[in-house]
Amino acid sequence: MNTTGPRAVRIDVRRLLRDTLAPLRPNLVTRPTGRAVRDAIERCLKGAAGAPFVSLIDLARVPVLDFSCADEVVARLLVKYQTPDRPLDAFFLFRAAGDTHRHTVDAVLGRHDLAAVCDLGDGCCHLLGTASEDEGVAWRTLERRRRIAPGGLAPVLGDRGDAVLARLAERRLVFRGPNGTSLALSAVASHRAHT
Amino acid sequence: MRVIEIPRSLDYRNIESLYDQLDSATAGPVLFDARRLRWIDPNGMLCLLAAGQMAAKAGSAPRISLPNQPEVTGYLDRMGFSEAARRVFEFGTGSRWRRRPGPSDVLLEVTPVTRNSDVHEVVERVQARAGAILSNTLKYPASAVVQFSVILSEVCQNIIEHAEGPGWVAAQAYNWKQRLGRQVAVIAVADIGRGFRASLEDEHAARFGERWGDVAALEAAFLLGLTRFPDTGRGQGIQQIRKQVARWDGLLSIRSGTARIADTPGWSSKPPIEEGLRAFPGAQINIILPERIG
Repeated sequence: MNTTGPRAVRIDVRRLLRDTLAPLRPNLVTRPTGRAVRDAIERCLKGAAGAPFVSLIDLARVPVLDFSCADEVVARLLVKYQTPDRPLDAFFLFRAAGDTHRHTVDAVLGRHDLAAVCDLGDGCCHLLGTASEDEGVAWRTLERRRRIAPGGLAPVLGDRGDAVLARLAERRLVFRGPNGTSLALSAVASHRAHT
Repeated sequence: MRVIEIPRSLDYRNIESLYDQLDSATAGPVLFDARRLRWIDPNGMLCLLAAGQMAAKAGSAPRISLPNQPEVTGYLDRMGFSEAARRVFEFGTGSRWRRRPGPSDVLLEVTPVTRNSDVHEVVERVQARAGAILSNTLKYPASAVVQFSVILSEVCQNIIEHAEGPGWVAAQAYNWKQRLGRQVAVIAVADIGRGFRASLEDEHAARFGERWGDVAALEAAFLLGLTRFPDTGRGQGIQQIRKQVARWDGLLSIRSGTARIADTPGWSSKPPIEEGLRAFPGAQINIILPERIG
């Protein structure tokens, strides 16, 4: 991995719940719980302020994730960090518990016209939510190759390749370095994650 | 004293017979006569609690007489109805109703929902018990317990976020051998808050113009996913519950104000819309999930 890439920070939401919010409440249900968890996640992220970083939000050990809570923890977190005045230069990758969480996360992202990279525990990452066909192709190609230099997507998407990668970077679904090289968020997280 | 007759059987199909007997204009003592009661489902139980609460709100002092059959009172004890009823009705001396006994085969006892912590407790309780019923009785996949928990969480939050009043939830599995030839799980949620029309009125009444009323409000929430909150991301609960219940070939209905709206599967004869019903101030949600076949 190129050392100029972003750092990665892993946040175990189950542990966050246990240690700071609700020791006896293992599930992510209700909006107030979701808001509290989002606030706690943001407090953790403040420690990583400075250079860009990928935050791996690990929901995999949470048994039940309802739509209201997912809207607060996943969708509203992404909305906040997609705006130009985002508080930190954070990218997000979610780890969820297979199909039981997949449907919920996909639904809340779709409602906001958002997309997110999600590790569903099946050995590969998925792009959940709303994405165009070109965005899907570009993202999957990058996910396989882990990094793509400028012009590297031309065999797949022709002249549109760089623009589509730029759009994915704008949506914070890939990391784009100063030299224009695109990095898959999963590649960053798997090499650099620490809690 | 006014006497309200509780029919021999009270479930989601005939709860209107109870509401029809309520007269909010008349104060004074009211007796809910349940002596003849032989069968009641979670919808009937919550309907009875809501009716008692409505009578109390109207200035009456609701009393309830017990079912004659000891197995009926025993079942109501196990379902937690007796305990919930103590907070609504006055009981006569020598009451045979007991406090809820220990663990039982009940899917979810009648549980008051007033705070978010109640929702957490409902989800935790159901997670511990629902697995066997959903997989062995209803033949749902193992993962269904999570989706079932999510449904309960969202319907309970509906009480807290939209009703602005207290409510209850209850669920139980039954063998509908004669009615459907299958086992079912019945989930009931009821509140006597302000109902869908009042909840949505400020934000959405104008766009419906003269059509605005209980039916339009239910359609707005049920079909369009509208809520009183202007921000994106709200209103997903009911929409997602509809999708999941449909995947399980279930029935979902919401009764509020003078109307009821429903997603009706092929096995149900319920109409998708009913209007002109007796005014009910809050909301009552009924979900019936049938055993999977094939």
